[in-house]
Amino acid sequence: MRGPLAFLDRLDERRLGLLLVVPALVLMAIVAAYPVLNAIWLSLHRYNVKIPDDYAFIGFDNYARILVSSTWWTAVGTTVVFGIASVIVEFALGMVMALVMNKGLGSATGMVRVAVLVPWATITVVTALAWKWIFTPTFTFDLMNRFMGLFADESCMLCGRWTSIAAMVFADTWKTAPFIALLLLAGLQSIDSEMYEAADVDGASWWTQFTRLTLPALKPAILVALLFRSLDALRMFDLAYVMTSGQNDTSTVSMLSYDYLIKRLDMGVGTAMAVLTFLMVFIVAFVFVKVLGAAPEGVEKKPSRRERRAQHARGTTTTAIASMA
Amino acid sequence: MTAATIHQPAMLPETTRPNIGRGKLLVGVGAGIAVVGSLAGMGALAVLAAFVLVLVGLIEWVGASEALTWTGIAALIGYCLFPFLWLVRLSMDPAANGKLLPSTFTLSNYGAVFHNDEFVRAFFNSIIVAGSATAVAMVIGGCAAYALGRLPVPGKDFIMFAVLAVSMFPGIAIVGPIYELWRTLGLFDTKTGLVLPNVTFSLPLAIWIMSSFFRELPRDLEHAAYMDGATPFQAFRKVMLPLAAPGVFTSAILVFINTWNEFLMAISLSATGRSVTIPAAISFFQGENTLEIPVGPISAASVLVMLPLVGMVLVFQRRIVAGLTAGGVK
Repeated sequence: MRGPLAFLDRLDERRLGLLLVVPALVLMAIVAAYPVLNAIWLSLHRYNVKIPDDYAFIGFDNYARILVSSTWWTAVGTTVVFGIASVIVEFALGMVMALVMNKGLGSATGMVRVAVLVPWATITVVTALAWKWIFTPTFTFDLMNRFMGLFADESCMLCGRWTSIAAMVFADTWKTAPFIALLLLAGLQSIDSEMYEAADVDGASWWTQFTRLTLPALKPAILVALLFRSLDALRMFDLAYVMTSGQNDTSTVSMLSYDYLIKRLDMGVGTAMAVLTFLMVFIVAFVFVKVLGAAPEGVEKKPSRRERRAQHARGTTTTAIASMA
Repeated sequence: MTAATIHQPAMLPETTRPNIGRGKLLVGVGAGIAVVGSLAGMGALAVLAAFVLVLVGLIEWVGASEALTWTGIAALIGYCLFPFLWLVRLSMDPAANGKLLPSTFTLSNYGAVFHNDEFVRAFFNSIIVAGSATAVAMVIGGCAAYALGRLPVPGKDFIMFAVLAVSMFPGIAIVGPIYELWRTLGLFDTKTGLVLPNVTFSLPLAIWIMSSFFRELPRDLEHAAYMDGATPFQAFRKVMLPLAAPGVFTSAILVFINTWNEFLMAISLSATGRSVTIPAAISFFQGENTLEIPVGPISAASVLVMLPLVGMVLVFQRRIVAGLTAGGVK
C-alpha cells in the first residue's frame, strides 16, 4: 500500500494486531468507560445542570436518599418482576416454538423464518405502540376485550400496575421469544439424531428424552441466551416508556434514572440511580458467568463435549432450567 | 405435548386413518365459518368453535401428530405477524371498537405521513445515523475482529472481556455524562452525537460475529499469502477480507437493524429535527397530546418504518439467521 498508510505493510503480526484493535478500544474508552467513571464521580455530588453554582461533594448522600425512597423500590420491584416473568415466559414459549420448527417444515421453512424474524426486526417503539393499542379496549378486537375482561375492570389492562406489567411481558415476549426460538433451534439441529434413536430403543419417554438429552445438549446456548435476555430485561427502557409512560407505578429503574438525568437534569441523583442500575446488571451478569458458567462462545458444536454433557443430565443448572421449561 | 408429537414417523399409512373424507369436510366447513364469521362480525365464541372444527378435521385428515405440527406452525406465523397486521388495520380505520376488519380501506393516513415534515426529516436522519454508524462500526469492528480472531494480540482475553462488558452495559449508566460531554463539545442535537454512541454499542456485536467468521477461515490461506511475499496487512486486506465478506455483510445487517432501533440515546441526545430519529419521532408524536392521540397517522408511520426492515428480512433471512446463531449473542 502506498501513501500515508504505507507503514502498515512494515508491521509484523503482533504489532499489526495491536494497531487494528486500538481504534475500537479508544472508542469504547471514550464513549463507554469514561462516562461510567464520570457517572460514579457525579453520583457523589449535589449537581443540577440548571443550578450549576450549587455543586458540592456530598459523599453517599444521593445513594442514601435513593435507598430510602419508596419510588425507587417500586421501580426496582417493577423491573425485577418484569425481568423474571418475561425471561421465564420467553424461554418457555421460545422452547415450544423451537420444538415445532425442529419438526421439519418442508416447503414452509422460508415462510416461518421470515415470520419469526419480523418481531425481532420490529422497532421496540413500534412494538410497544402496537401492543399498547391491542391492550386498549377502544383500539382492539372483540376477543381481546373479553380476554382482558378476565383480568381487569372494563377490560382496561393498562389501568393497573400488575396488569400493565403483564401487558409489557406480553409485548416483550412477542418481540423476543421468536429470537430465542432461533437460538434454541440452532442448538436442537446440532444434536445427533442417533441419540434419540438410541433413547427410543431404550424405551425412554418423550419427557425423559427432553430433560435428559435435549436440555443438557442445549445448556450452553440456553445459558448464554438467558444471560443476555436477563440483562436486557433489567435495563428495559423503551418498551415501558412508550407503553405505559410509567403510569400506575410501572416505571423501570432505567426510566426513573432517565427522569432525573434528562428531564430534571438532576445529574447527582440521576447518576446515582444509573450506577445502582449498573450494579444490578453487573451482579446478575457475575452470577451467570461465575456461578452458572455461562460463556458466550456460541452454540456448542463439538460432539464429544455434547455427549459428555448428555451423560451429566442432572447438573444443577440443568435442573433449574428444566423446572422452568 | 404428548409423546406422539416428537420423533414419530411423519405420517401413518393412510389405511389406519379411515375418516379422511370426513376430516376434509370438517376442515372446509370450519374454515368457512371462521372466514364468514369474522367478516360478519360474529361473536368470538363462534369463531373459536370454527377453529376447533378445523383442528378436529385436520386430526382426522392427516393424523394427530401432523395436525398438531401444522396448527402449531400456523399459530406461530399468525402470532408473529399479527401486531404488524393490526397496525395496518388501525392505519386505515383507527376506531376499531372490537371489529376485526376496518370499515373503510383508505390510504389517506399514509399520505398525511408523507406530508409531515417532521416525520420525513426523522426518516432521513435515521437513514444517515444508522447508515453511517453501521459503516464506521464495520471498519473499526472489522479490523478489531480480524486482530482478535487471527493475530497474536497481547492481552487478547482481557480485550475480549472488555468488549463483552460493553455489550452488557445499561445505556442509562452513560447517558448523563454523555449528555454533559456532548453539550460541552457541541455535539448535542447533532447526527454525529448519535452516531458515536451507536458505533460504540454496536462494536461488541460486530466484533463478536466477525471474529467468529474470521476464525473459520483455514490457516493455510495466510501461510500461502506469506509464501508469496505478502505482509500481514496485505494478507488481511487482499486475502482474508474478501473471503470474510459474507460475514461482514451479515454483521452489517444486524448492526443496521440495532441502530435503526436505538431509542434511549435518540431521545436523550437530540432535541430538534436536526437529529431526531424515527423511534424518537414516533414517541414524541404520541406524547404531544395524550387526550387525542392520532392513532391513524402514527399507525401508518409505524407501518412505513417497518417496511424497509420487513424487506431486509425477506431478502436476507438466511444470512440474518446465520449471523444471529453464529454470534450466539444478541
